[in-house]
Amino acid sequence: MKKKINTQQKTNWFLYVGGAITLFMTALIVMGYLWTPYEPNAMDASCMAQAPGLAHLMGTDNFGRDIFSRVLQGAGTTFFIALCVVAIGAVAGTVIGGLTGYFGGWGDEVLMRVCDSITAFPSILLALVVIAVLGPGKWNVIWVLGILFIPSFARIVRGEFAKCKHLNYVKSAHLMGAGHIRIMVRHILPNILPVLLPAISIGFNNAVLAEASMSFLGIGVSPTEASLGRMLSDGQAYLLRGLPWYALCVGCTIVMLILGFSMLGEGLQQRRRR
Amino acid sequence: MKYILRKLGTLIITLFIVSLLAFSAFQLIGDPTTTMLGINATPERVAELQHELGFDRPLLVRYGEWLVNFVQGDMGTSYSYRMPVAAMVGEKLPITFFLTIFAFVLTAVVSIPLGIITARREGGVFDRVMTVLDQIVMSIPPFFTGILLTCVFGLILKVFQPGNFDAVRGDPLAFLLYMLFPALSIAIPRIAMTVKMLRSSILDQMGQDYIRTAYSRGSDRDMVLWQHALRNALIPVITFLAVSVAEMVAGSIVVEQVFSIPGIGRLLLASISNRDFPVVQAIVVILALWVVVVNFLADMLYQYIDPRIRLN
Repeated sequence: MKKKINTQQKTNWFLYVGGAITLFMTALIVMGYLWTPYEPNAMDASCMAQAPGLAHLMGTDNFGRDIFSRVLQGAGTTFFIALCVVAIGAVAGTVIGGLTGYFGGWGDEVLMRVCDSITAFPSILLALVVIAVLGPGKWNVIWVLGILFIPSFARIVRGEFAKCKHLNYVKSAHLMGAGHIRIMVRHILPNILPVLLPAISIGFNNAVLAEASMSFLGIGVSPTEASLGRMLSDGQAYLLRGLPWYALCVGCTIVMLILGFSMLGEGLQQRRRR
Repeated sequence: MKYILRKLGTLIITLFIVSLLAFSAFQLIGDPTTTMLGINATPERVAELQHELGFDRPLLVRYGEWLVNFVQGDMGTSYSYRMPVAAMVGEKLPITFFLTIFAFVLTAVVSIPLGIITARREGGVFDRVMTVLDQIVMSIPPFFTGILLTCVFGLILKVFQPGNFDAVRGDPLAFLLYMLFPALSIAIPRIAMTVKMLRSSILDQMGQDYIRTAYSRGSDRDMVLWQHALRNALIPVITFLAVSVAEMVAGSIVVEQVFSIPGIGRLLLASISNRDFPVVQAIVVILALWVVVVNFLADMLYQYIDPRIRLN
């Protein structure tokens, strides 16, 4: 625990490695939308339950379907859901947090208490209950998780807005005749981006995790759609039959997706602290 | 005392709101008679069943009755199995809570020493390896950790028999060994988070003025760490661990599925797919009770360790 004086900027490895993984995974997913090596649902009786090889990068399942193609498709669904969830959470959270933080008052008090009670409960539990009522399906998952993600963003944005509204640049903008909306959007919002960006990245990581957990439990996307969580649940059955690569390949894809975003978030936070 | 009473008041209000929300959510989606009787049932039979289940009375009256019964231990009757929900839940609850507590103990026992060691060796090889490892481990979802553990310890090393929970029921030692792997799956990401948090908390404390004072009085590094910094550094970590207990229940719902453990999570998922709402409702309220009580205890613990909280 020696105290070192840092004269040199250390390389922000988290940012670079996280960014690289995220970029790689995003590129793969975009590729999966446009082209997959095989038709994901096409069965091929000539190569059933094959181990990973050159022809099939991640092997094939019991029906001879190419696991890599299915992983690309499943990752696309998971990615799309996470994207929508974070978009709902970040936009609504920023609006709510911005308004309550900027104006304060009783609305602020009430909304923050509501946010506190929502965050006190594990989100997967709340999602389970809502899905129990609404029924599974891609859009239900998106709305449920999106709404559950609002409080975390609202809290961060509220804190920053409450802090910034007392700063001199806001006061001078106000003196120059700028309205509340203009001050909030043009002046404060760009200044809180360094705080919002890591939150978005970490939110993405949580959204992938939540969607995968829900689909793994069978209460996420509907059975006809591919999703990494559902595939992992299928993969577990193959595992007990002695075909471990299905579960391993799908699981590693989930881990890479989460790892990329969590490292990116960590890196962005470190950059802000310096 | 005033602080405790205020917190207790919030706790009761939260529980009341949660139970009302859970109750109305499941009542509003309609009565279950169609599911129970099928679409060919006569209107008389439907009306009879609606009366039997109480669906012909106002919502608030039904809520009141349900609440009074719930407090007395009567959680209603399952639609699918036609047996008391309390009996069904009571059988599964101990397994889930045991798993949660086991995971918590593992987290606390492993993470605190690891956190202290990484902070002591800040910048060293061990610290660097741990930082990278932490980040990777945090990215592995508990259900995938479970699958990996099943693969390595169940299928390759054959330490336990995956999916065969019934075989270990009577034997405490085999039961403990079987539960070790699900508990580890829940605990491993938590351990990573706690180590990371404790490390930065200790380093944060070591930069404070009172530490400099302690050094200037002639204390050496270990004395400063153990007698001064650690006490303060542990405060946020203890709160985090306490709150983790609430989240670990949610983790156990997922992990029970991987290891085929007949706990509350499996019952919850089965009831959701059967649309057996009295069971879902009871489980949701019990888990909410657990979360709220754990958060209350965490608050109490927090203000006991750090009296400054009370004064504010």
